[in-house]
Amino acid sequence: MLQLILTIVLYLVMVVPVGIYVYHIAAGKHTFADPVFDRVDGVIYKISGIRPQTGMNWKQYAAALLGTNAVMILLGYIILRIQSIGLFNPNGIGSMEESLSFNTIISFMTNTNLQHYSGESGLSYLSQMLVITFMMFVSAASGYAGCVAFIRGLAGKTKDDVGNFFADLVRITTRVLLPFSIVGGLLLVWQGVPQNFSGNFIVDTLEGAKQVIATGPVAALEIIKHLGTNGGGFLGANSSTPIENPTILTNLIELYSMMLLPGASVITFGKMVRDRKRGNEASKAALPVSEKGKRGKLRSSLTVWMYGREGRTIFAAMGILFVIGLGVCFRAESQGNPALEEVGLNQSMGSMEGKEVRFGIAQSAMFTTATTSFTTGTVNNMHDTLTPLGGMIPLLHMMLNVVFGGKGVGLMNMIMYAILAVFICGLMIGRTPEYLGKKIEGREMKLTALCIIIHPLLILAFSALAVGTQAGLAGITNGGFHGLSQVLYEFASSAANNGSGFEGLADNTLFWNITTGLAMFFGRYLSIVIQLAIAGSLMKKSFVNESAGTLHTDTFSFSVILVFVVYILAALTFFPVLSLGPIAEHLTLWA
Amino acid sequence: MKDSVRKMFHGTRQAVVVSVVLMLLCGLVFPCLLTGLSMLLFPDQAGGSLIKVNGQTLGAEHVGQEFTEDFYLWSRPSAYHYNVYTEDEEGNRFYPDGTPFPGVASGSNNYAPSNPALSERVEEALESFLEKNPDVRREDIPADLLTASGSGLDPHISPKAAEIQIPRIAKASGLSEGEVRDIIDDNTKGKLLGLFGEETVNVLTVNIEIARRMGLLGEDTAS
Repeated sequence: MLQLILTIVLYLVMVVPVGIYVYHIAAGKHTFADPVFDRVDGVIYKISGIRPQTGMNWKQYAAALLGTNAVMILLGYIILRIQSIGLFNPNGIGSMEESLSFNTIISFMTNTNLQHYSGESGLSYLSQMLVITFMMFVSAASGYAGCVAFIRGLAGKTKDDVGNFFADLVRITTRVLLPFSIVGGLLLVWQGVPQNFSGNFIVDTLEGAKQVIATGPVAALEIIKHLGTNGGGFLGANSSTPIENPTILTNLIELYSMMLLPGASVITFGKMVRDRKRGNEASKAALPVSEKGKRGKLRSSLTVWMYGREGRTIFAAMGILFVIGLGVCFRAESQGNPALEEVGLNQSMGSMEGKEVRFGIAQSAMFTTATTSFTTGTVNNMHDTLTPLGGMIPLLHMMLNVVFGGKGVGLMNMIMYAILAVFICGLMIGRTPEYLGKKIEGREMKLTALCIIIHPLLILAFSALAVGTQAGLAGITNGGFHGLSQVLYEFASSAANNGSGFEGLADNTLFWNITTGLAMFFGRYLSIVIQLAIAGSLMKKSFVNESAGTLHTDTFSFSVILVFVVYILAALTFFPVLSLGPIAEHLTLWA
Repeated sequence: MKDSVRKMFHGTRQAVVVSVVLMLLCGLVFPCLLTGLSMLLFPDQAGGSLIKVNGQTLGAEHVGQEFTEDFYLWSRPSAYHYNVYTEDEEGNRFYPDGTPFPGVASGSNNYAPSNPALSERVEEALESFLEKNPDVRREDIPADLLTASGSGLDPHISPKAAEIQIPRIAKASGLSEGEVRDIIDDNTKGKLLGLFGEETVNVLTVNIEIARRMGLLGEDTAS
């Protein structure tokens, strides 16, 4: 328990400087490392013909994002299909077949990293690097770029310029992802994650048998896998393997590297919105402040300084959701499995099936909640083996898809809910809803509703298709209520671009490869385009002046409202399936 | 019209070139750079932390192994038997229990908690463990020892899971119980800063020490 609290406290300490750094990058401000990076970026801009100062409107930005991603998909697909060539292939891996290649490439481009192959037998080192590692960088950078553009739209400095996509893509890659990856990667190697190009080791064991030990350029993939909230493992069993994640320290490094940047994007949001407000207020005369007011202001200003006023509210709402989820998951896992108690295995240690001894229950629950909240999809224990309620939390957090979320995407989704929340509150108090000083009107509400509805629609419709067809049912490996959870989890994971799985599912079939591929594709790009459209539409409006009737969105009570709106919507859409899956399993297991 | 075509061409060119540049930078330069730095700074870890005794590679520090002899400490069950296999003359490869070895893998059976197959597997493991460790009471067996890890490669067991195996190991190896306990203690790691993670016993390093004390590793045991 104590270690969980400390883990979170450490996170809150670390996220602030990272957030400030990322804000500087996103806002194009000066940082200490500029002399180096300006040169690197300059070379890339020159080769690629990028004019970083040329602004784009939201449509051009979205088109550039989609177009570039399309090119990357094509490049990656070609390499997967020809990976059997002798380059970086000491283990003699063959080429990947079409439907699996389709699924894999969509999966990695959309930041999902759902894996229907096993790394040790399905990919050559060439693919692991040129496709997987590469995609982990650029899919994260693309998502983050989309988010930065979205924030620029909301902050509304100009009427239609949301920035230059190519410049954002390059800056985020070279200034955030690469330097963090080199430092983090070295830390991982220091702790025992291999990084080499040799083929798998074959050793002679003490008992006279042989053992084959997988190896390769693991650390390089491992660090960006978390930093980019990607999640696809080098090996089949992902970060539960002691090769990818050998010690508790690597576990913490991996945990923090997936949590830092999504949290930082909320801080970036808070600060960029604040910048605009400051600009507005600069013209007004400063009001005299009484002694008492001054003190109150000082105290509140620390968190405001750290997260920005609006950022703080969003961060708090996400934090509340996260802590509730973590608590439920930890408690459920600590209770153990009554079915094993029955056959006589002491369960005081908790439910250890599918978990590693070095992580135990606490750090496994932490990792499970974090990987699905931050939509990474890396796992340090097998989610299929989680207790019913322990497994419901990761499932639920992917269904919500707003608890921090991957690379900026969670923030954009949370803003959708914030807009919805001000709309609902606006209805209750009979005022035109406003958010960040802009009126929320018909067009924005329609787009928001569409954006919020796509996610459950993808999950539930595809799940219905799967349990309604033979091809879908064939994938289920655990019978009863848990079978439905397996199906739901796979599509929730795809639509939320998470990528973890209830790994028992036999998912490398045409049906599963195609359906999850589509869910990932629409889950990613429809949302980004709609969200950019909302930002584009809000930008064009003028700021409205604050009045006595304005609903303040920078208060703690708004955080609470936000949490309720998220839970109510989730309950309305997902409660029926959750009760048929994990809840029913829990009730029968504990009966 | 001509202007928009040129714009489109320019956009496409940027998209293609920037993709290729980033692919080389992130997919080739970065992993090679990291490999170089790792080999320089941490050559042992970068190379997989292999354990060599008398020139023979016995395993890797961070990867578990399956042990069946009574005088060795046993690991947790694994659906992939820790990728340990034997080879017959025709080159067919088998897991220690005789089933065919399909190649290197990782993972578990992925049995849901409600899956009857899980209860069966655990019950079977429980009975056979009690048979070989007659001194152990059923309720004293910690859950980690008879459940499968997520990776199927877990190098550790909990200190309690090691403790209950001491009588069997002592009897089968001829070492005293105190000696076995000392070996286990030497290979037990505490929590990070006394707070994070769990206490762990590294099964492979314990067994290498047991083998050394039993004289199974040859004369020259310098290390």
